[in-house]
Amino acid sequence: MTNHWNDIKHADLVLIMGGNAAAAHPCGFKYVTEAMEARKAKLVVVDPRFTQSAAVADFYAPIRPGTDIAFLGGVINWMIANDKIHWDYVKAYTNAAYVLREDFEFKDGLFSGYDADKRQYDRATWKYELGKDGFAVLDETLEHPRCVWQMMKKHYARYTPEMVQKICGTPKASFLKVAELIGGTANASKVMTIMYALGWTQHSHGSQNIRTMAIIQLLAGNIGRPGGGVNALRGHTNVQGATDMCPFGADLPGYIKAPFEANPTLASYIEKNTPKALRPNSVNYKSNTSKWIVSLLKAWYGDAATKDNDFAYDWLPKTAGAWDSVAIFERMSQGKMTGMISQGYNPLFFLPNVKKSAAALAKLKFLVVIDPMKTETSEFWRGHGDVYKMDPAQVQTEVFRLPASLFAEDDGTFTNSGRVITWHYAGQQPPGEGKNDREILGILYSRLRELYRAEGGKFPEPILNLTWGYANSTYPTAEELLQEINGKAVTDLVDPKDPKTVLVKAGTRLTGFGQLRDDGSTACGNWIYSGVFPPSGNLSQRTDPSDPSGMGNTLNWGFAWPANRRVLYNRANLDPKTGKPWDPSRPLVSWNGKAWVGNDVVDYPGNVGPEAGGPFIMTEEGVARLFSPDMPDGPLPEHYEPFETPVGTNLLHDKVVSNPSARLYAKDKELFGKPDEYPYAATTYRLPEHYHAWTKNARANAILAPRQYVEVGEDLAKEKGFRNGDKVRVSSPRGHIECVVSVTKRFKALDCDGKKVHTVGIPIHWGFMGVAKPGFMINLLTPVVADAVSQTPEYKAFLVNVEKV
Amino acid sequence: MSIQSVAIVRKSSTTTPPPQARGAVEPVGKLIDVTKCIGCKACTAACFEWNDLREEIGNGVGNYDESVVDLSDQMWSVMRFAEIDTPDGRVEWLMRKDSCLHCADPGCIKACPSPGAIVQYANGIVDFNQANCIGCGYCVAGCPFNIPRISKKDNKAYKCTMCSDRLQVGLEPVCVKTCPSGAITFGTKKEMVAKAEKRVHALQERGFQNAALYDPKGVGGTHVMYVLGHGDQPELYNGLPKDPSISPWVGLWRGVTKPLLSIGLGLGVLTMFFHYVTRGPQDEDAADHADHAHEGEAK
Repeated sequence: MTNHWNDIKHADLVLIMGGNAAAAHPCGFKYVTEAMEARKAKLVVVDPRFTQSAAVADFYAPIRPGTDIAFLGGVINWMIANDKIHWDYVKAYTNAAYVLREDFEFKDGLFSGYDADKRQYDRATWKYELGKDGFAVLDETLEHPRCVWQMMKKHYARYTPEMVQKICGTPKASFLKVAELIGGTANASKVMTIMYALGWTQHSHGSQNIRTMAIIQLLAGNIGRPGGGVNALRGHTNVQGATDMCPFGADLPGYIKAPFEANPTLASYIEKNTPKALRPNSVNYKSNTSKWIVSLLKAWYGDAATKDNDFAYDWLPKTAGAWDSVAIFERMSQGKMTGMISQGYNPLFFLPNVKKSAAALAKLKFLVVIDPMKTETSEFWRGHGDVYKMDPAQVQTEVFRLPASLFAEDDGTFTNSGRVITWHYAGQQPPGEGKNDREILGILYSRLRELYRAEGGKFPEPILNLTWGYANSTYPTAEELLQEINGKAVTDLVDPKDPKTVLVKAGTRLTGFGQLRDDGSTACGNWIYSGVFPPSGNLSQRTDPSDPSGMGNTLNWGFAWPANRRVLYNRANLDPKTGKPWDPSRPLVSWNGKAWVGNDVVDYPGNVGPEAGGPFIMTEEGVARLFSPDMPDGPLPEHYEPFETPVGTNLLHDKVVSNPSARLYAKDKELFGKPDEYPYAATTYRLPEHYHAWTKNARANAILAPRQYVEVGEDLAKEKGFRNGDKVRVSSPRGHIECVVSVTKRFKALDCDGKKVHTVGIPIHWGFMGVAKPGFMINLLTPVVADAVSQTPEYKAFLVNVEKV
Repeated sequence: MSIQSVAIVRKSSTTTPPPQARGAVEPVGKLIDVTKCIGCKACTAACFEWNDLREEIGNGVGNYDESVVDLSDQMWSVMRFAEIDTPDGRVEWLMRKDSCLHCADPGCIKACPSPGAIVQYANGIVDFNQANCIGCGYCVAGCPFNIPRISKKDNKAYKCTMCSDRLQVGLEPVCVKTCPSGAITFGTKKEMVAKAEKRVHALQERGFQNAALYDPKGVGGTHVMYVLGHGDQPELYNGLPKDPSISPWVGLWRGVTKPLLSIGLGLGVLTMFFHYVTRGPQDEDAADHADHAHEGEAK
């Protein structure tokens, strides 16, 4: 979230699209209810099915799964055509005026620089024209034919309301109603928030779904403002924390890039990852990358990381190619992996194409599963009836199951969707032989280190030199880890202007990432979390709900990264002409002539007034990007069909149907279905009664949602002769499941350019373990193809057939 | 109920006058605003968690009808869903928490033949005392909302207690505590009626012209009330009765049985009689035989 949960109460319009907040985030949804009651906010839901959120909304519009960019591109076009633009905001705070290079182009569904063999773009042409001074060239009149504004206008001119109806199946009148509501917030007095979740991310163009919405929010001037922002609703208590700490091979903690083979030295890594300012006054905060990486290396390797050995940069793995879970299982299925530790993860259940995952796991020598539950992954060798067959006698993989603790049996932090880090305390000890994850890893690491010490082995340095200064080396405490993440001064930090003045004494914990240095004098496990555990104590444990301004920012409740800032880009809440908030009733921060004051921590470094560079300090421009050169699959979002499309073509460009740079492996491509055999669009989702694959182990949840089912609309049921409760087989080229069918009015057939498209709804929660009635893992059906940016598989739009059995 | 400290103002099948010495108690109210309900079933889960109930894991179809969970001796509160087509071609998905409405003039008390099996407290809560219940099922017939359920385990009637145990120690009912969307609120009946009126007004402004408070007069009003978007058609909400009233048979039946009770007919005989009338002859032998046969197979 750029904003946070409490802040949603300030919205005038709430758009829920690519998510179902009422069902999947019921506790946070109360802020929507509050906005509706206290501000008379309107709630709009756009979704393939009539959801629980739609049930309490003012307006609902249906959409075919996987066509969100067509819909939102249509909104952009409508806003431009109808002059629903927050002009003062757009001119001051976006790159609308930036002139693009002459050789950038978009033609027939492809941007310039495409390499079909690699399925990748060379982004060299997706750049601004640079002046002699090395800075980007601007045309403040927005009339230059190659300025971002004009290019964007041209790009989305194709997305007419008629085209939206043809692609999305959304009736034109419904689309226009949503566009008008959104357009009504493109001014200083109204603000819209967007709440989305995996309904946007789990597509072969998932990141671009979100980018399209970001463009709309910029055109409406809704970012950095109370009640606004682009808000990802995270689906686990601490998945934000997990993301922050780097679950992906492509990142290091704090979203700094992981080193690639192409950056063999620390200097080359820093060179590659430190962008240059594109405007003379831009803050360009990423210019501090060297401080973040060196401090991280100091946190991990301590005294062994010195200037002479590049701060042990050589000990970091240098990735070649992707190491996300889809890529890992592809390698595994090619027999290129020996073992896997699966901690708090149930990949057999959650990765697409269960049969591929099971066959891949069967090629391992060993599989260690660290989990509080008996997971399907840990018993992948069993198979499941006729649905996917395994012969346990043939599976040579040795499986070790290490019982771990649940969150309530563990101290530590949660980082919620709003980036607020709060502490939680163990309510009890794990039962039986269960151990806390920290203890399991502590024991594992200590034994590994002993083996390396005793036997040597290949490349022992990264293991032997790892910082491990915990009081109990086999059981680090959560406080010790959070302190390490927060960071400390390794040597005395002196004032650069006056070397005699010591600012921070050696060994003292830091109060924020502003203190980090790249000379080895600071250590910090994750720069964005720095400040959570200063010398004054563990700020994640704060539970003071006081809110003097009434704006709900509660600065003494937990600690929000970065720097306890509750609303990101909050300087954009100010009208640049007056320096006052766009809406005086919704203030955040302001400049009093000497300092930033208000109810939030300003998103700006140091004591520099509003006359300085733009509020978007993480870009080289200092402004937000309507056109984004950093997206690997296109600088302007474009509608691409899901890889399995029920309409078979892309109405905008029939030669390039689906995202040309999405992740796709040859064998998986062979398993795509066509609409003649698999005629129905399918989408997957959660139910409020269950939490992923966990709660099928809990009786209370199983009572409320006992048995697997799929949902179909009344018209499809009529066509197929289904009655409510009939047993059906749902199939795709990857596999099939069998369950009962629930016939509902909440799915309607959509008319997409004359083609009738039915959608089958598939809740995700059942498997062959647990106390709920056994069901079939729905990922027996899903295709293996992933977003070009996040490598998230396309779980939300694929094809199936449904037959009565 | 044995720990109750609120005065009982009404008691089934008894002529003993209610206590009157203590001061007046403000009647309570629970307000369920269905226009804010998101159907998450957290209230259902909280109910069976608090009351130590666990239904069997069933074989539901979908997640939204009584095939999943219905009211039972283990389920004192359930969510009822209804999908309707609107005249202008839209769909509405209506959700309603269904549990005892705690009528001011409760049909169950009127129908109950067993002294003290059903009571009404001064705060308005209608509570079942299973220790006195004879399992006749007349409360089921007496209830215009189809709420009480007879347990197959002990043949006694069960329903929502409005968490009378929590109320006695100053807590709100557990469903109120749990509701994440603020759809269920609790206070005095007066406060809740006032709140509902405000909300109804807001809904009317929002486009629900027929929004209304559901506090049906046919049962003397209720201590659990609904705010309905379609106040003119409560039956849309999965069969909420439009004008609920207590069956005239209940009154007639009481006319017949009261004299019988007063002449002291043995309660046991009565129990057997009512049981026979309501449930028919029980073929326990057959059930036993079936069990034995099963055991035989197992051996």
